[in-house]
Formats: sequence, structure tokens, C-alpha cells
Amino acid sequence: MDLTIFLLALFDGISYAALVFIVALGLTLIFGVMRILNVAHGSLYAIGAYATVSLTGFVLSLGLAPVLSFPLMLISAVLVGVLLGGPIEWLLLRRIYDKPEVLQLLVTFAVFMILEDVQRLVWGTQPYFQASALQALGNVTLFGVTYTVYQLILLSVVAMGLLFGLRFFLRHTVIGKLILATTEDREAAQSIGIDADRVFLFTFIVGAVLAGLGGALASPTTSILPGMGADMIVLSFAVVATAGLGQIEGAAVAALLIGLGRSFAIYVWPEVAVLVPYLIMVLVLLVRPQGLFGTSVARKI
Amino acid sequence: MSDISQHSPSRGLVKSGSLPSMRALLTLLAVLLLAAVPFIAPSMQLLINLALAKGLAVLGVTILLRAGQVSFGHALFFGISAYAGAFLTASLPGADIVLVLIAGVLGAALSGLLVGLFVVRYRGIFFGMLNLAFSMIFWSILEKFYHITGGADGIRLTRPSVLGMALERDSFEAVIFYLSVVLMVGLGWFTLRWFASPVGQIFQTIKTNETRLEYLGLSPKRALLSGYLLSAMLCGVGGSLMAMTQGVVTPEYVWWVRSAEMVFIAVLGGAGSVRGAFIGALIYEIVRVYASAFAGDIWQMLLGGFLLVIILFAPGGIMGIADSLIGKGGKSRPTTTKEDAQ
Repeated sequence: MDLTIFLLALFDGISYAALVFIVALGLTLIFGVMRILNVAHGSLYAIGAYATVSLTGFVLSLGLAPVLSFPLMLISAVLVGVLLGGPIEWLLLRRIYDKPEVLQLLVTFAVFMILEDVQRLVWGTQPYFQASALQALGNVTLFGVTYTVYQLILLSVVAMGLLFGLRFFLRHTVIGKLILATTEDREAAQSIGIDADRVFLFTFIVGAVLAGLGGALASPTTSILPGMGADMIVLSFAVVATAGLGQIEGAAVAALLIGLGRSFAIYVWPEVAVLVPYLIMVLVLLVRPQGLFGTSVARKI
Repeated sequence: MSDISQHSPSRGLVKSGSLPSMRALLTLLAVLLLAAVPFIAPSMQLLINLALAKGLAVLGVTILLRAGQVSFGHALFFGISAYAGAFLTASLPGADIVLVLIAGVLGAALSGLLVGLFVVRYRGIFFGMLNLAFSMIFWSILEKFYHITGGADGIRLTRPSVLGMALERDSFEAVIFYLSVVLMVGLGWFTLRWFASPVGQIFQTIKTNETRLEYLGLSPKRALLSGYLLSAMLCGVGGSLMAMTQGVVTPEYVWWVRSAEMVFIAVLGGAGSVRGAFIGALIYEIVRVYASAFAGDIWQMLLGGFLLVIILFAPGGIMGIADSLIGKGGKSRPTTTKEDAQ
């Protein structure tokens, strides 16, 4: 493996890890606060991608500048979070917080099944491709390797920004502290006057926006097909499980590990590349069942 | 041990009054009716055969529900068994039907042991999602290594022989049909007995109080593993029957939608009910065939919506509703959702 291929694999891995991290961040945030694994997260990702492609296509057909696709990504993500995430929490999840874990899993799985068909009804089964955002930023040459600015720089900057932004938000703002307090002890938080319902709704919407944003940012780099949601929920679960459920910083490390593992496998042994994320997850979980950064919970008897 | 014996539904039912005899009678009637299908409704035979194959796999998922666990990846064992049968008939044309079945179940058992050793360390979310991950891994392998597996087109499973005879299509379908009915009755009965056996009782206690099991010096992991193996083998039987009936196996056998379907049917039939698994599968297949004409595009959406309705409003499933209709005796059937509905 010469230096060029090594760098290519490195850049592939970083840009891929950045995308997966953004989606996994939403998944792990929702789990950390609400103790619910949102299987429908994958669908929110896919719908974010579809919405971006449709909106961008519409704006470009009006003859407007391709740069507009960047704010459109944010708009699509917020739309996904508010229009889908909000009702899901408000109408469904709110009823099942005190039910067994398996039941909660079944409910979000049912939502996932519904949303998969919604995508097919709205956008059909043909693949979409919309790379104007990718082309708008051009290329950059680093150590003799040319790569797109969008994938290498924009995606990593957004991912880092979200990581540190979320850290800052949770630890240094009032709303963030309310969320942390509710996570720590819901009843105690309620007894000092925190509206836990609103905290949960807000957290779920933020998580859903992150899923949508992941899809929106992924849309210029890949073709949008049915089934991408199912792939993404399993992949982002692999990241989150490798890191330890609810670990925000850990998810970044796990995403890098899995992203780089996968991209190097593509150049070395392409057939098994899809398996690498899961192999990494299984290996980590064999040694540390609670994930790399997870803490083992004391059992309540 | 009082905690364990409380959760002994099958025993409790056998001992108590008229409901069990009524139930046994209804079961017998249903089996006889099924056995008569090739004569009274030949056009339904294939459909019901597929439903029975699916029902056996659903029974596997049902078993895990009794331990309070849900697997979103049990189509893995369904598919492994089907592919094992297809590879066997490819390398050994005209292999016996029993051989194909055994090869499939062995494949399912072996993979069930490997996956099981890993996943029994987890409960709840991790158990469900790790199973999903394993089935997705196998699905990618089937799609990627197309020179071996035929890729998305799958491979043919040539018709096996029966006791050394190469049968025509019609008689082979009849053999497969009655084989499915016999396996349904036999394995359904076996599963009920297994639930009542010591290891089955320990297995079901994982749902109610796993910590107490450990205090008793019992290993919940080992109990869960034996239940997991049984569930994988049942899925294997179902997959093998399905593959022999259809004559072709594709990666769709392992696709997550198939696993979701199994979970759906298990919850529909009545989470944790053996009879419910088959009744659910029959109703599901029949509705699907007639609904696909006008609701093919929104089928998953309907399933998802219906799943929500069952979970939120009828947590006992079909068997729960049937029980309250014929018994009203307050028979507490251990369902995933019962304890919180009370």
C-alpha cells in the first residue's frame, strides 16, 4: 500500500466516520436521556436525505445558486426533527416510558416499518442523486491527493462542531443542565419543578434533527435508495454499542474506528468491507460487554 | 422455587377445569381441518403450507418472548437452514427430504450456538439489535459473494427425493404439506413440554426475575442459550420447509423485513403462545395474499400500524382475545405486555 492509497483510505474513513457520527450522536443522545433505542432513527436519516434532494432539486430548477443547498440541508433536518420527531415522541413514546424495554423497542420498530413505506410512497423506489453541494465547494489537494472539500473538510468540521457544541450545550447552558438533571433522576428533577415531558420532547426532537442532518449531509455523496435507513440504523447502532450506549465522546472515537476500519478494508479486501463495522463491534463487545467507554451499571435487586 | 412454579402456565392449564379440555378439543379440530385442506380447498394448500413453515419460525421467536427477549434477526436461522438445504441438493442431486431437513436444522443449530454464545450475555435492546446485526452480516455475505450464493437471484433448491423415490410436483407438495402439519403438531407439543420442563421454567424466569435465579445457583445464561438453540432450530425447520416448498432460496430469506414479520406474527398471535404462533401465521398469510392486490405498496405500513395497535390496546394478541372469549377465567398467560397491562 503506497502513500497515495493510504491517504485516500484515511480521507474516506474520516469523511465516512463524520457522517456516521452525526447520526449516531442523535441515537446515543436519545438513549442517554430517555433510555429508549429509537429504531426509527434510520428512517429519519433516510427522510432527511430525501427531503434535501427534493428541496435542492426544486431550488435549482428555479435557477438559484447551488450554494443554497447548504441552508436547505439544515432546513430539511429541522423539518424532519419537528414534523416527524415531535409527533413520534408526543403521540407514541410518551405512553410507553414506564413499559418494559422490549416493548419500547417494538414500538419504535413499528414506527420504522411505517416510515420505510412512507418513503417509498413519497419518493418511489428509483435512486436519487444530487451532488450540487459537493461540486459547489470544489476540491483540495493534500500531500498530492485530491479530495473534495465537502467530504474532507466540511463534514469533519460539522461533526467536530456538533460534538463540542453538544458538550458545551449540555454542561454550560440552562436547558442543557435541565436535560442532564432529568437524565440523572427523573422524579427528583420533576420534584424541583423541571417539566420532564418537555425535556424529553426537546431531546427527542434534537436527536431526530441530528438524524435528519446526517441524511442531509450524506445526500450529495451517495445515491439515495430505499433500504438506506435500515443499513444506517444497524451501522449507527454498531457505533453506539461499540462506544457504550449514551456515551457522546465515545461515539466519536467509535465512529472513527469503524469508519477507518471500513475504508481501509475497501482498499485491502473489498468483499468484507461491509462486515468490518460489525466485526469491530463484536470484537469490542467480546472483551468489553458494556462497550469501550460504557460503565457497568450496578444491579438493582 | 415458588416464583418459578407460579410461571408454569401449561401445567396450570392442564390441571384447571373446562378451559383446557375446550382448548384441546379446539386444537384437535383445527389440526384435523388443516389436514383436510388438500381435499376440501386444494387451491389453499400451497398458501397454508407456507404459513405453517412461517409458523414454525414464529414459534422460535415466540419462545424468546417467553423469556422477555425479542430478536430482530431470527430470519438469520431461517435463511441459513434454507441455504444449507440448497447447497446440499446442489452437490447431491436428489438428496432425501429428511436429509435436506436435517442439514438445514444442523446448520441453524450450529449458527444458533455460535451467535447464541455471544448474544446470551445481553438482554433487551442489545439482545434484539445484536441479532439484527448478525442477520444483516449474513445478508451482506449472501449478496456480496454471489459466485457462491447466486447473489440477489439466490440459488435453486432442486426437489429432494422422498424415501428414495423421485416424486412429481403434486405428490411432493402433498408430502411437504403433511410433513409440515406433522412437524407443527410434534414441535408445538415438544415446545409446550419444554416450557414445563425444569430448564424451560428457568428460561421463563429470566423475564420475571433473573437475579433470583442466580441466587439459586442457576445459570440464566445457560438457560437462555438452550432456549436460543431451540428457537434457532425451529426457525431452521421453518426455513427448510419454506425453501423446499418454493424450490428457490434468495437473500430475502434473511432480510430484516422477514425477521420483522416473524416478530409481528408472534405478537399478533399472542406473545408467548404456542398455538398463537400458528394461528397468527395462518391469519397473516391469508390476509397478506388477499391484501397484497390493493395494499402491496403500504403493506409494511399496515403491519407497523397494526403492531402499534396490538401493543398499545390488545397486548394479549389473538390468543389473549380468544381466551377472554371462551374462558373469562382470568388465565394469566405470560405475555410480554401482560405485567404492565395489569
